Amino acid sequence: MNKPFAITLEVGSSRANQTGSWRTERPVYVDSLPPCNHACPAGENIQQWLYQGEDGSYENAWRQIMADNPFPAIMGRVCYRPCETACNRAQLDEAVGINSVERFLGDEALRQGWTMPVEAPPSGRRVLVVGCGPSGLSAAYQLTRLGHAVTIRDAGAAPGGMMRYGIPKYRLPRDVLDAEVQRIVDMGVTLELNTTVKDIQSLLRDGGAGEPDAGKNAGKDADGKFDAVFVAVGAHIGRRAYIPAGDSARILDAVSMLRDMEGEEPPLLGRRVAVYGGGNTAMDAARTARRLGASEAIVVYRRTRERMPAHDIEVKEALEEGVTMRWLSTITHADGGKLQIEKMALDETGFPQPTGEFTELEADCLVLALGQDADLSLLEGVSGVEFTDGVVQVSPELMTGYPGIFAGGDMVPGERTVTVGIGHGKKAARCIDAWLRSDHYTREPKHDLAPFGNLNTWYYEDAPATVRPQLDAARRTTSFDEVVGGLDASNALFEARRCLSCGNCFECDNCYGVCPDNAVIKLGVGERYQIDLNYCKGCGICVHECPSGSIKMVPEEA
Amino acid sequence: MPYQSIKFIQTGSLAVGGRLLAEDQRSVQSGAQRSNSLTLGHRACQGCGEALGARIALDACQRATGGKTIAVNATGCLEVFSTPYPETSWQLPWLHSLFGNAPAVAAGVAAALRAKSRDDVRVVGQGGDGGTVDIGFACLSGMFERNDDVLYICYDNEAYMNTGVQRSGATPYAARTATTEPVGPEPGNKFGQGKNVPMIAMAHEIPYVATATVSDLRDLEYKVERAMEFRGARYLHVLVPCPLGWGSAPESTIEVARLATQTGLFPVFEAEDGEVVSATPIRHRTGVRDYLRIQRRYAHLFKPAERTEMIDRIQRGADRNITRFGLLPADDIDAELATVGAGRAEEITS
Amino acid sequence: MLRQIEGSRAVADAVAMCRPEVICAYPITPQTHIVEALGAKVKAGQLRPCEFLNVESEFAAMSVAIGASAAGARAYTATASQGLLYMSEAVYNAAGLGLPIVMTVANRAIGAPINIWNDHSDAMSQRDAGWIQLYAETSQEALDLHIQAFRIAEDLSVPVMVCMDGFLLTHAYERADIPSPDQVDNFLPGYEPRQVLDPAAPVSIGAMVGPEAFTEVRYLAHARQSQALTLIPEVVAEFTKTFGRDSGGLVRGYRLEDADTVVVALGSVLGTIKDTVDELRGDGMRIGILGISTFRPFPSAAVREALGSDGRVKRLVVLERALATGVGGIVSADLRMALAGGGSGRAAEPVMSTVIAGLGGRAITRMSLRTMLAEAVAGALEPLSFLDLNKGLIEREFIRARRTRRSGPVAENMLRDQGLTARIG
Ligand SMILES: Cc1cc2nc3c(=O)[nH]c(=O)nc-3n(C[C@H](O)[C@H](O)[C@H](O)COP(=O)(O)OP(=O)(O)OC[C@H]3O[C@@H](n4cnc5c(N)ncnc54)[C@H](O)[C@@H]3O)c2cc1C
Ligand SMILES: Cc1ncc(C[n+]2csc(CCOP(=O)(O)OP(=O)(O)O)c2C)c(N)n1
Ligand code: SF4
Ligand code: SF4
Ligand code: SF4
Ligand SMILES: [Mg+2]
Repeated sequence: MNKPFAITLEVGSSRANQTGSWRTERPVYVDSLPPCNHACPAGENIQQWLYQGEDGSYENAWRQIMADNPFPAIMGRVCYRPCETACNRAQLDEAVGINSVERFLGDEALRQGWTMPVEAPPSGRRVLVVGCGPSGLSAAYQLTRLGHAVTIRDAGAAPGGMMRYGIPKYRLPRDVLDAEVQRIVDMGVTLELNTTVKDIQSLLRDGGAGEPDAGKNAGKDADGKFDAVFVAVGAHIGRRAYIPAGDSARILDAVSMLRDMEGEEPPLLGRRVAVYGGGNTAMDAARTARRLGASEAIVVYRRTRERMPAHDIEVKEALEEGVTMRWLSTITHADGGKLQIEKMALDETGFPQPTGEFTELEADCLVLALGQDADLSLLEGVSGVEFTDGVVQVSPELMTGYPGIFAGGDMVPGERTVTVGIGHGKKAARCIDAWLRSDHYTREPKHDLAPFGNLNTWYYEDAPATVRPQLDAARRTTSFDEVVGGLDASNALFEARRCLSCGNCFECDNCYGVCPDNAVIKLGVGERYQIDLNYCKGCGICVHECPSGSIKMVPEEA
Repeated sequence: MPYQSIKFIQTGSLAVGGRLLAEDQRSVQSGAQRSNSLTLGHRACQGCGEALGARIALDACQRATGGKTIAVNATGCLEVFSTPYPETSWQLPWLHSLFGNAPAVAAGVAAALRAKSRDDVRVVGQGGDGGTVDIGFACLSGMFERNDDVLYICYDNEAYMNTGVQRSGATPYAARTATTEPVGPEPGNKFGQGKNVPMIAMAHEIPYVATATVSDLRDLEYKVERAMEFRGARYLHVLVPCPLGWGSAPESTIEVARLATQTGLFPVFEAEDGEVVSATPIRHRTGVRDYLRIQRRYAHLFKPAERTEMIDRIQRGADRNITRFGLLPADDIDAELATVGAGRAEEITS
Repeated sequence: MLRQIEGSRAVADAVAMCRPEVICAYPITPQTHIVEALGAKVKAGQLRPCEFLNVESEFAAMSVAIGASAAGARAYTATASQGLLYMSEAVYNAAGLGLPIVMTVANRAIGAPINIWNDHSDAMSQRDAGWIQLYAETSQEALDLHIQAFRIAEDLSVPVMVCMDGFLLTHAYERADIPSPDQVDNFLPGYEPRQVLDPAAPVSIGAMVGPEAFTEVRYLAHARQSQALTLIPEVVAEFTKTFGRDSGGLVRGYRLEDADTVVVALGSVLGTIKDTVDELRGDGMRIGILGISTFRPFPSAAVREALGSDGRVKRLVVLERALATGVGGIVSADLRMALAGGGSGRAAEPVMSTVIAGLGGRAITRMSLRTMLAEAVAGALEPLSFLDLNKGLIEREFIRARRTRRSGPVAENMLRDQGLTARIG
């Protein structure tokens, strides 16, 4: 076309006008640390696996969990879910049901028989793990993946530690536990049960020739010493408070009682069972008592419900099952089916003080659930190892004062949960790996936290949390069937999609769509975006409209 | 529903795209292959809502027509910032004639296409609020009345921006412009009837009338695509905040538009043959103060002292829209009107 | 085919044979009969394909034509007077965009006072809008010029205004030779636009142009319009070949051979002037006529050539049907430019007198012309005069205005002075 001069123009010619020169600030894509990830004691990259789960890539999601935690199915049942407490979505409607999705993925893995490969070449190093609880298993799993030869020794007859001998079946069915443990064993971990470790130093020195149980394993250990040890023997000694008691008083501790549940014969508790204590163990003991036929299971606790260390959900489920509570009460005497109870009152610091007011409570048996102590005898006398308040002191790398001996789980300071134990196991494995290479384990610096205020929540559709199915009430007091059910695939998907992807671009295309200057370049699925600085005028709309807070403005240098 | 509601999608349907959506559920703007009808290098201000609105609307139109859209533009910011010789940012056939005649020029293009039996090529007329509700109004009404096969889009930034922010027939009550200065006993734009062109368009009983904003890109695209399903005169009124004229932060353009909808000040609805067929409900109801406060054109309502009466009057206007268009579920209205009407500042969420 | 036909109908027939694809209509006397006739043809299906749009104003009419033309359609409209002014912004715009629209202007006076009768004020007001302006002397010529107009417009991408005197030509029944559609088809090829809105080859039409290129844009528009000075004679030649009739052109001389006095005029008044000149020639006056058919672009060279450079023409009488208030003649000014443009070596310039005549439909009679021309030949004609000006009426109004500030509406006063009451609303 012989077009009229100047008035008629060739399309798209304005590209010659690079408006990027107007800019005083530029948008920059950032990844921040979602609060869930930050809160997860096992260090799971929750946002990432929810992101993978969202499109139905369950196996990828599962593998993402497995990078940090070998027990998704167990986690989905017993974890106290600090991630959900931290979840930003809680400030919008309800926290994302992270745990229920995790359980779904864990169960799906068991259904599908997914396994983890060991890809690292054998390192030629041998590591001993003492204790086959979650912490030990987690360490063994991670060390195996790093190419080390791992042996676990446990005093018990079956693996799992407190997951088996503490947590009741109705919360953690044993087939699930067995399957997830077996998956680790199948990776090539040597598991030696009924083997109490007593002399660690000798194990490091010469493979444990001096060990009392060495005979059993003589063949295996004879050819060499261990290069490092991870000790995770837990805390198994039920704490006992002094309660004046008559001869006929039947008093037992919760840990033993629950351990007996794994034995041939369930413990005999009677019709009316009192449980003393306010923690999760107390709840488990009371709920187990109900299932064993106790018509009354009464929890006696010194403070109020708000101050109970037991998790809300555990208390709720206990109440649902007919467990009753006596708040602000201490037991001052026990005898002949009767307990003497003193009423307490909280002082201004929240501490319970006796009131001098007494009542009686009928009970055939009293179960003490007052916490556990660790049996640390195997480390006694080891040079450099320090004990404080009944636990072993460790460095930030989880190493004890004795080089090559690391420790984690319930036996070191910190919260005593399965998940914390798993986290210790993972971290210890990485530190041991570094130590074996005469190196220091340094993790990548953490991103800045992604606070709720950085999100633009407008873009998230209203979506109330899904609810997990529960066993009907009748069966909850007559059987040890699992109480809480899992989500089906569509609910799990829905729940995964409730995730706000805090601080991490999830490729929603908002920035690409809302830029008035077309200055956002879409790089393709999984590749995210790039700012075309030749044209970006620096208005900041992309930053403001990014749902997940994954872009920030930074000043241009003069 | 005016926009696609996709269950089980991470961010609902309100985000622009998302990998979880099937190809046909994706917004036009999310596509790497979108036509970018208005492309790189245009000279709109930082954060210009009009530039954004025009690209969204025309790209949607291009998708709906298979790339066979002709655009006719009135004089105004959109025209000036897109086509200063020797550069044009348009990538579709585009014609600018005058300030007040875009609807007629578009009608002429449509007539030519009809004469040439090119019913595959479709016409969009577009202009600012001044070009639409004021100077181009007679042409617009004529185009409606003849039912010419044109989709006319008004990008409403509530004043004559291109000439330096003067009052137009679409300037809201109390707003400051260069010709309604915030001085004297009635600062800002004096209270009048306002020119509600969507309603006037409906009175012409044309096949399709709709309102939209740049804060809901999917809805805007939907309205364009829906409009393209009809033949005859169609009208789309799009609220496009102007950081320069409104004194809002450039990054807040979408936020401001969103608040305009969530306060009820700008009802988002669609009408067919003169009857409202749907209205987009308010999700998070907000009192007008939150909307006014972030725009310097309303600064005199808060400084030196709050002009509560004026603000209340604006609130009443918002409430009227909410009732008229049913923007909230019925029971919410009574309870909430009481609170909002009383002029409380806090956000009210439904 | 020869027919006794109303001028408007003849034009409508011609336009229809040019196969416009979009016609926009807005009523204003004396243009109405043309578009009414076209509307009927479209409705009856005699003109297909064609879109006939009843628009809401002349502004819209021209705007619709702009859109249609830019989209590649042959577009036509017609207007007059107030209507032309009402669309003025778009008139300029069509030319600026280079869109070959053809428009009939049924020349009529401009109010106030509102007046529906003929003069050239309307078309003259748009003379610099960038359009080519052709003025018809007869209905036949009006008809012919429309056919030529599409050729010229589309060839150059410049819009063309065909000006025909309201009522005098639009409403007069005269004999006209109506061509056959085949003849027109042979003469006028299909519209091949220079630029078009086409999704297959998108362009941006109507960009904003700043000081850096605006002068050039204007210069090019001038250059392009000026090409019509070459093109029009060619088109006329071809027209004559096809239709067997000479029509239009740049200028038309009448008995100029030995004339020392030349009357210059446009439009239908040329007929009356010819009769008068014939009479005056009988009286021995050496008087001739220069009719200007193409007013834009102004055919300066053709004018000079027609008048000769030998100094034979001593006097020019420019009869103008429009008044440039405060100056006088419009055509006269252009004429003066044209003559000045001849350069040195020319004999002394002829004396020029401007005569404003026929405003608002006042009849230009042979009698008045005779008197005026006799005066001119005698060298007694003022540089600027008004034909048949009623001096008495004006005197009375002057007195009234001196007496009282609120002297009342001039037109009504004068009608009352004449013993008439106002009838025109
Ligand atoms: C009743 C109850 C319920 C609980 N519920 C939950 C819950 O729902 N969620 C949660 O997160 N946490 C819960 N916990 C806490 C959780 O079980 C523990 O924090 C966790 O199991 C600690 O893991 P660990 O690996 O450190 O030790 P453990 O799980 O205690 O494992 C230690 C292992 O070491 C073995 N061992 C000990 N000494 C030796 C030795 N000398 N040689 C060889 N082996 C040895 C033991 O046999 C045992 O198998 C619960 C605890 C109890 C008691
Ligand atoms: C006939 C005419 N009058 C006035 C102008 C001056 N003018 C050009 S753009 C404009 C303002 C445009 O306002 P609006 O239509 O609201 O568009 P905006 O620039 O706000 O997007 C004005 C008044 C003009 N170009 N033409
Ligand atoms: S919304 Fe998602 S990313 Fe954010 S805290 Fe919750 S689970 Fe983590
Ligand atoms: S707007 Fe969406 S696509 Fe862009 S950075 Fe944020 S999350 Fe990613
Ligand atoms: S003045 Fe307003 S409408 Fe005009 S370009 Fe700037 S932001 Fe856009
Ligand atoms: Mg505007």
